Amino acid sequence: MAFWVFLAFLAVVLLWLVSLYNRLVRGRNEVKNAWSQIDVQLKRRWDLIPNLVETVKGYMHHERETLEAVTKARQQAIAVTGDVAARAQAENLLSQTLRSLFAVAENYPDLKANQNFLALQEELTSTENKIAFARQYYNDAVLRYNNLVQMFPSNIIASNFGFSPEVYFELQAPEERRRPEVKF
Amino acid sequence: MWELIRANQRRSQALLLAMAALLVATGWAVGEAVLGEPFPGVLAALVVWLGLYFLAELSGEKVLLAVSRARKVAKEDHPVLWNVVEEMAVAHGLPKPPEVYILDEDAPNAFAAGTTPERAVVVVTAGLLERLTRDELQGVVAHELAHIKHRDVTYLTTMAVMVGAVVLLAELARRVLFYGGGARRRTSSAGRGAAPVYLLALVLILLAPLVARLMYLALSRRREYLADAGAAVATRYPEGLASALEKIEQYWAPMASANPVTAPMFIVNPTSKLASATETLFSTHPPTAERIRILRSFGGSVSFADYQEAFRRVTGRPVGLVPQAALRLPPVPVREPGGDPRTPLERLRQSTALLWRLSGYTTILCPCGTTLRVPPAYRGQELPCPQCGTRHRVVAPATARG
Repeated sequence: MAFWVFLAFLAVVLLWLVSLYNRLVRGRNEVKNAWSQIDVQLKRRWDLIPNLVETVKGYMHHERETLEAVTKARQQAIAVTGDVAARAQAENLLSQTLRSLFAVAENYPDLKANQNFLALQEELTSTENKIAFARQYYNDAVLRYNNLVQMFPSNIIASNFGFSPEVYFELQAPEERRRPEVKF
Repeated sequence: MWELIRANQRRSQALLLAMAALLVATGWAVGEAVLGEPFPGVLAALVVWLGLYFLAELSGEKVLLAVSRARKVAKEDHPVLWNVVEEMAVAHGLPKPPEVYILDEDAPNAFAAGTTPERAVVVVTAGLLERLTRDELQGVVAHELAHIKHRDVTYLTTMAVMVGAVVLLAELARRVLFYGGGARRRTSSAGRGAAPVYLLALVLILLAPLVARLMYLALSRRREYLADAGAAVATRYPEGLASALEKIEQYWAPMASANPVTAPMFIVNPTSKLASATETLFSTHPPTAERIRILRSFGGSVSFADYQEAFRRVTGRPVGLVPQAALRLPPVPVREPGGDPRTPLERLRQSTALLWRLSGYTTILCPCGTTLRVPPAYRGQELPCPQCGTRHRVVAPATARG
């Protein structure tokens, strides 16, 4: 009798461990999936930029530096391979240069009437938004997964089966770090 | 988000069980009152329910049929709308963006359909497109995608089928009892002294349809609040949805293509203005003004917990609106408004151009500033501009959709 009780107990514990393991796997897959969402949008942005520079060139004769900064930031972002933190930094730099390009574009009424430019602006704005939303989703997924990896009791399984914490996709730009004031 | 969906499903199952119990009880009552035996009644209840269920399954995505004038929008038809839908699909972590449809209605409104995220559909009206800024449109689309993510469509449809079964059974029994048939039962029961059971059955038959409807509507209202919360979290900008709701309320008009069956699916009730002004037991939606106030009383951060807190402050009702699992998600700072480079006139132009295009018209922009709309029946190769006389080549639209 005692043997069977023991066996049942063992089975329950085993099932529990399996479910913990599965939760870890699910969490890691969610992080991977969320990262691929960001990746798609970052690549989309790289693809859009040459078009933008080409369209803008004819109008902005006095803004060569701004345009070069964008092109350079794009090349750097593409060149970075490796960890999330380094990529985040390169992409944030690209975001900043793009923002200053669109700010300068405000001074060129002809450019702002160009249908091609407007369409590209909409595409890039939307891509920026998608990057921001995908980053939020990714960071949420990382938070949940890291909690599982680091907290007892799932951390025991995590350390034995090689689940390690993932890195957040952080924003470095100070103006984006700023918390907006509370409005009433 | 796994936890939230699962918590929602558990809750849904509890309510579905309650509704199923009501259905069985109605079956029992019908059997008891009409036939004098409970079991055939319960069997009839199951048969009616299964029949309605298969009927609903067959017509599946055909909620759209009720608004069959909705037409599919491609990316080049309206890039802003399409992009906003994609952005919100990313924010919600949906596997793929849903299909986008437009309804040629002047009243601003929107709804979602489709039982799984893979088969989801978002429908917006032309009036919504021309009046909302990008941020506001994001709020509305995020609300609709939250319905899809929370599986509200599946859930409300399943509930609606059960409500239908209860109503149908009770109505049948009422007719039989009051217009003949049931006489046999009444005489025999008088002899056996089973009057209390018979009375209970009668009361159930009279009340069950009402109770079923009220349960369904209470559920529909709660789901609206939850979708608002989901939209605020996904956009990280509650003000977008708040001011969108304000505009939807302001320009409200009855929609020809909506009916009471599809009404709960819309962001604001399209059939009755009064229904969105005050909350009664019979409202499909919470009062719009209250939804706006809740969205506007967020502090500097957004999360489901913040929404719950705002809900309590505004309504004074200390109910657990949000499942526990969702409350644990950390708050994120409210983002800055994204702005919209388009002027109201440009927005109007975009949505009008979309409607022309979907009707098969080709649009030509003449350098002199005139817009030419070429009807699909035009057979000529060239068309002179009526203003300046420039001759334009007419190219038929590549994708003519009906």
